[in-house]
Amino acid sequence: MAEIYLKKLAHSYLPNPQKPEDYALKEIDQVWEDGKAYALLGSSGCGKSTLLNIISGLITPSQGEVLFDGKDVSHLPTEQRQIAQVFQFPVVYDTMTVYDNLAFPLRNRKQDEASIKARVTEIAEMLELSADLKKKARGLTADAKQKISLGRGLVRQDVAAILFDEPLTVIDPHLKWLLRMQLKALHQRLNRTMIYVTHDQTEALTFADQVVVMYDGYVVQMGTPQQLFEQPEHTFVGYFIGSPGMNLLPVQVDGNTAHLNGQSIPLNTHYAPQQGAKLELGIRPEFTQLSPSPTANSLPVTIKRIEDIGRHKIVRADYQGQEVNILVPEDQPVSTDYHYLNLDPKHIHLYANGRRLKRESAA
Amino acid sequence: MNKTWNNKAWWMVLPVVLLVAFSAVIPLMTVVNYSVQDTFGNNQFFWAGLQWFEEIVNSERFHDALARQFLFSGLILLIEIPLGIFIAMNMPTRGWALSVCLVLMSLPLLIPWNVVGTIWQIFGRVDIGLLGATAAKLGIDYNYTRDIGDAWFTVVIMDVWHWTSLVALLCYAGLQSIPQAYYQAARIDGASKWAIFRYIQLPKMRGVLLIAVLLRFMDSFMIYTEPFVVTGGGPGNATTFLSIDLVKMAIGQFDLGPAAAFSLVYFLIILLLSWIFYTVMTNLDKQGR
Repeated sequence: MAEIYLKKLAHSYLPNPQKPEDYALKEIDQVWEDGKAYALLGSSGCGKSTLLNIISGLITPSQGEVLFDGKDVSHLPTEQRQIAQVFQFPVVYDTMTVYDNLAFPLRNRKQDEASIKARVTEIAEMLELSADLKKKARGLTADAKQKISLGRGLVRQDVAAILFDEPLTVIDPHLKWLLRMQLKALHQRLNRTMIYVTHDQTEALTFADQVVVMYDGYVVQMGTPQQLFEQPEHTFVGYFIGSPGMNLLPVQVDGNTAHLNGQSIPLNTHYAPQQGAKLELGIRPEFTQLSPSPTANSLPVTIKRIEDIGRHKIVRADYQGQEVNILVPEDQPVSTDYHYLNLDPKHIHLYANGRRLKRESAA
Repeated sequence: MNKTWNNKAWWMVLPVVLLVAFSAVIPLMTVVNYSVQDTFGNNQFFWAGLQWFEEIVNSERFHDALARQFLFSGLILLIEIPLGIFIAMNMPTRGWALSVCLVLMSLPLLIPWNVVGTIWQIFGRVDIGLLGATAAKLGIDYNYTRDIGDAWFTVVIMDVWHWTSLVALLCYAGLQSIPQAYYQAARIDGASKWAIFRYIQLPKMRGVLLIAVLLRFMDSFMIYTEPFVVTGGGPGNATTFLSIDLVKMAIGQFDLGPAAAFSLVYFLIILLLSWIFYTVMTNLDKQGR
């Protein structure tokens, strides 16, 4: 178990990186605490796999260091880093039994059979694999194989961190949920540092204590699921997390008033003027309401479609050519005659070139 | 379930039946026909029953040829399979070196059997052959026309030269299909090189190895041209394998009946052995489940 310090880390696949665009992973400087579960979330090509491979030792970073508990491991090969990894596709040793698979890392480290047996039995119990110990690993289902992969990491007591590289990709949907819950429970029980790479927000949000959202090589935000929901630091976070994602509207700001194409909305706070930046107003569909009559915080909209998905209704509306989504509780009436959209000023965020603006002072 | 029964569908099978009949069944049946008859020429045949089969099965000549055949196939399998795996594992995996390797290795496979025989026949000659003359210069007593050991050495090495690439290429394909994640997982698990070979590479090559063993076994068990060109089955009968013996009997001595019986026994042996190989190896496969 270890604390992971990513010190001024950046990576480029080019030999002589010059511009920021040359970097697949832009400079980050972060400490990941010991025993916590982290998720690296982002769409493909955002640099999350690069970061994972740097931590696992497949890639040597072009800049910066990786420290495990203060020890620089940037140049150590994978096998000396005390990490475990679960891959996208299940990796098991086909010819071995489940028991031998789990015992393999310990046997390679020349531990005695008695202690291996105790450890394997314990881990198998934990992973609910006890009944399969004598079976050949190849005949098992994909989810059982993924558990074996994980088990091979868990049997070792010296593991600093367990890395998961989209481990649920090949698992049947109905088992995904089950396995995710087991994983979460295991983490709470073992308190090992876990790093989970995924592009699925549900997986990231249910699994992790801290979600690291990556976009275009940048770590745009690291935070708890709640922080990501309430205070998205970047329009990508707002848009990527949540279903549907955050509404973003082009805006001009004058002190504590937002001007949206002729409509003015009072903001609770004062913002410093932004010269030449692309300004956007962001608000989550959860914090908007439709009403039949205008109020001080409302925008005139046209409702295009109402989707009833059971738990709630998603209303797709149009504000001067921009799509706006509104979440309406299941029991609340809504009709296409509602023409005004109220924005809750507490939950309005302003973004300049994608980044959230700090609120300067209360109005 | 109400199935429609329509026996007219059997007509659909007719083309295949005809094709197989003319390409395999009828030629085989003429051999069967010869094997139970005797002739003294003039196209006159007499019923001989199972006499030829009894003779062949009990003849020392057949037993010796069969034993030599097993020895030969066993030897080349013992050399070619491990050597092929070794080469495949040490081949470059990308770039121009790989292309060079692939071309060089495919070359022996493209050479006709007869030419391979001729190449080695000349290569080994004591007077002008590179191998034979060099050995003679170095004072090594090597002569495949006189010495039984040298003859066997030449024939076996020739087969290894000709066919190891096939095994190597098959294994290479097998190795290439192993995802990188396996190697990475093995490194994380602290596996030694031997353990990686034993628990990842070998099991993943199982399928192609099964094919390689089967192909090389069947092919070597039927070998004729190359040893015939190099040694002609000699010295004496030392390298007279089953095919060479059969041709001697059928065309040299024109013993059609015994040769036909020989052919059928030979055919049945190959069929039986291939079946055993296949069954054993696929069963090994199934035990894993």
